[in-house]
Amino acid sequence: MSAPVLFGLLGAALSAVGVYGLMVGRDALARILAFNLLGGGVFLVFGAVARRGAGAGFAADPVPQALVITGIVVAFSATALAVALLKRLAALRARPGAAPAKVAGAQAEGTKGRVQPGGDA
Amino acid sequence: MSLLLDAILALLVLAAAVRVAAGGDGFARVVAFMGVGLLLGLIWVRLAAVDVALTEVAVGSGITGLVLLQAAADAPLTREREVGLLYHLCAGMVGLVVFAALAVVVLLLPDPAPSLAPDVVRALPATDLGNPVTGVLLVFRALDTLLETMVLLVALIGVWSLSPDRHWRRAPAPLWPAPPSGALDFLARVLVPIGALVGIYMFWAGADVPGGAFQGGAVLAAMALMAMMAGLSPVPAIGGAGLRLAVLAGPFAFLGVGIAGWFLAGAFLDYPEGFEKTVIIAVEVAITVSIAVTLALLVLGPPMGRKA
Repeated sequence: MSAPVLFGLLGAALSAVGVYGLMVGRDALARILAFNLLGGGVFLVFGAVARRGAGAGFAADPVPQALVITGIVVAFSATALAVALLKRLAALRARPGAAPAKVAGAQAEGTKGRVQPGGDA
Repeated sequence: MSLLLDAILALLVLAAAVRVAAGGDGFARVVAFMGVGLLLGLIWVRLAAVDVALTEVAVGSGITGLVLLQAAADAPLTREREVGLLYHLCAGMVGLVVFAALAVVVLLLPDPAPSLAPDVVRALPATDLGNPVTGVLLVFRALDTLLETMVLLVALIGVWSLSPDRHWRRAPAPLWPAPPSGALDFLARVLVPIGALVGIYMFWAGADVPGGAFQGGAVLAAMALMAMMAGLSPVPAIGGAGLRLAVLAGPFAFLGVGIAGWFLAGAFLDYPEGFEKTVIIAVEVAITVSIAVTLALLVLGPPMGRKA
């Protein structure tokens, strides 16, 4: 097995871990992390393709490399926005008196507006 | 022998990635994620993609990690749902299907591999650049890079728009609430000048060797954040004209060059003949400044009420 194939398979595995994490993540941070793992895996598959495309004096095809650099920066932008939303949500929930009406007895899934420990009692 | 080292590297990444997805303490997961980023940087070097390695370590691991660490501080507030065993099994199956599909793609890649490297070699001399990746980013696929700078700008507008009206135009909260310690102060005084030099060098050398606007900009952003953490420099208010100019310079200089290309060279983002290198460097300076300022502001987050 050559290095590009090995790292291509690692990219596939990272993507799988990312998809699994996105599905089972218990909190928003877990899903943001999983989204970044998924991105890292896809980029690595690009990296394997770039390395295989070595030629004309270059050790790897520069076009996929440039696409990955763009992708990493865009993934960061999305992550920063997601984290800002997460922190704002946490601040709104922590504010006294901000509890939505349907909080009472909210144990069921999907109660996005559920008040957090501290405001719950 | 080298394949053995590669396999060890791959196993380390996989183990750290499983730790990230495994749940538990938010802080530990984020640190594991930053470890994945650093190890991926090594793998990118093994794949002969040093430009990507620098970006992965600086942006994908470093600056992203800084943002995620802030989120981890809020993590106890975000627990939302519980899922059953059956759901875990289904998610595992979906993950396996994703792995199998991508693995088949990787194993069945066409041989000989299609490559755009010969096209890049043929066209690169006209740009007077020595680094093919910079050539692709700023010339051959300049539209991607233009849109990428716009994405950064839109993300920053999105983050800022999360501030309540009464805080608008004020400064974001400091990254480090405690008063700066002597050690941090010393570290910042020693590291920031050296790091700023490294960032500028990475940008400047990016024309011919691995490096470039994004990597250099990320290092400069990190140095600015370090100076703010140590209290050497105040957190800027987002209403300042200079700061907004720095944020807008890159995307709009790039866009202006693109539009000028219609009149001077016959196509959008075409550079006038004979002046390619000059235009490329001017665009690169502008986008490096904007990237550095925008990345730092994205880490700082929305304005939080302190008057600057």
